[in-house]
Amino acid sequence: MIQVLSLSKFYGKKAVVEDVSVTIQPRKITSFIGPNGAGKSTLLSMVSRLLDADTGEVLMDKTDVRKMKSNDFAKRVSILKQSNYMNVRLTIRELVSFGRFPYSKGRLTEEDERIVNQSLEYMHLTDMQDRYLDELSGGQRQRAFIAMVIAQDTEYILLDEPLNNLDMKHSVQIMKILRRLVDELGKTVVIVLHDINFASVYSDWIVAMKDGRVVKDGPTEEIIQSDALKEIYDMDIPIQEMGSCRICVYFNS
Amino acid sequence: MRNSMKLAILAIVAAGCCALYLFHELNGSFDYALPRRVLKVLAMVITGFTIAYSTVVFQTITHNRILTPSIMGLDSLYLLLQTVIIFFLGSGHTIIVNKQLNFLISVAVMIVFALLLYKFLFKKGGQQIYFLLLIGIIVGTFFSSISTFFQVLIDPNEFQIVQDRMFASFNNINSDLVWLAVGIVGVVTVYAWRYLRYLDVLSLGREVAINLGVPYDSIVKQMLIIVAIFISISTALVGPITFFGLIVANLSYQFFKTYKHHVLITGAVVMSIIALVGGQWVVERVFTFSTTLSVIINFIGGVYFIYLLLKERKAA
Repeated sequence: MIQVLSLSKFYGKKAVVEDVSVTIQPRKITSFIGPNGAGKSTLLSMVSRLLDADTGEVLMDKTDVRKMKSNDFAKRVSILKQSNYMNVRLTIRELVSFGRFPYSKGRLTEEDERIVNQSLEYMHLTDMQDRYLDELSGGQRQRAFIAMVIAQDTEYILLDEPLNNLDMKHSVQIMKILRRLVDELGKTVVIVLHDINFASVYSDWIVAMKDGRVVKDGPTEEIIQSDALKEIYDMDIPIQEMGSCRICVYFNS
Repeated sequence: MRNSMKLAILAIVAAGCCALYLFHELNGSFDYALPRRVLKVLAMVITGFTIAYSTVVFQTITHNRILTPSIMGLDSLYLLLQTVIIFFLGSGHTIIVNKQLNFLISVAVMIVFALLLYKFLFKKGGQQIYFLLLIGIIVGTFFSSISTFFQVLIDPNEFQIVQDRMFASFNNINSDLVWLAVGIVGVVTVYAWRYLRYLDVLSLGREVAINLGVPYDSIVKQMLIIVAIFISISTALVGPITFFGLIVANLSYQFFKTYKHHVLITGAVVMSIIALVGGQWVVERVFTFSTTLSVIINFIGGVYFIYLLLKERKAA
């Protein structure tokens, strides 16, 4: 279980994340939503140790994550950020194999190869595994990076806006895969989303942030309500039920 | 497998160059000429090794393929140090005459400088690598300006000695330093060996590297210190030729097309041995010393640099 305890981050005097305390529910998809600049990505970066917090702490099973060894932490928590610039030319398979680095330090065992194959299979990349990343479309690239994170085989998977620049088909495909990771493999997924309808349809738990603070934290049904959304986005958003999905119709509000 | 073939061929060529340099026109002078040539070849091998190694590592850390470690101002510091010593103590002083002492002092000062720079910058943590480079450029310019200032004031005879150290030269390598350098480089290389795999991950970027369990800040710091040590050694041995590293590093990227640093670094090292030993042979036997190797290196390097810029422009 990951617990965030009164975490803050300041840039100069401006607090981008201020006194945030959240508990991440295990074996669930937790979505972070909120307007631009609410501090969602910063919070995720601090939880995953990419960024040092100024005050507060992040506990994983009661241990401060900053006290854990880098390599041990990488076997339990993985993070995927929005932009992944690199200056080497890699094939999909080479990238996914890097997911095994915390275990094998670059010398892949048979077990590692098997897991890499599984991850490629899971993301439907097996046929194109020898293509180079710079020859791929945005959606394929994103899937390759998610496959790397799956190969890393961690209990916690943190994703920062993985649907950015993806079309509807690929977005749905990725969300379904995340759902399967939770339901079939018992992973815990934490995801920053901009489209609240994806959050509504696919997540179990929603944390809403605004101006560096948590404004709402609860099960999806409680957050996807017109009055709660009004508080988060300052918009009147009617909600429509379509089958089992609750859809926020924010386009003309 | 193809890359190991390429490496094997390059290694054979490098060995051939060394053999050519050692035995061509030796005329049976095994007692006099051979030991001197061996020292010279060793010095060139060490120089090639340190330059190639540190450039590849530096470029991986900075994510930039047209930077060389000289941007951190280490070779300007070396020149400043030599100038200041000669200016205040005179060229006859022990620190100038005793080459081993001079070497140790120079290397120590450069490493202390690099450590101070890093300590100051990594105190705050975070992504300070470009800030480090900027400070390096500014401090480097500052050092060369002060050196120029002293060089203007210095006695013309003493200036000759300073000038001698300003340009890289393989004709009067400080042979007394070779064994010392071999020792230091050997120890550092063995120590750094296990970090080469981390470098593969570092080329994926800071965030992916941390995600994959690389203790990023500590690895980058240690690697930069190793770069500083190697640059100090090669500068003290032959003078400032970091431009050379740019050529061999990029040739190695182009030739091997891989992300694996033990291949890239080995390749760059072997190529630089071929270039230095082979080039020096050409300078000595073909041009009969009418030009120097550093002139040739800078000429070929400049042409290659322009080619790189044009190629990158087309790719963008």
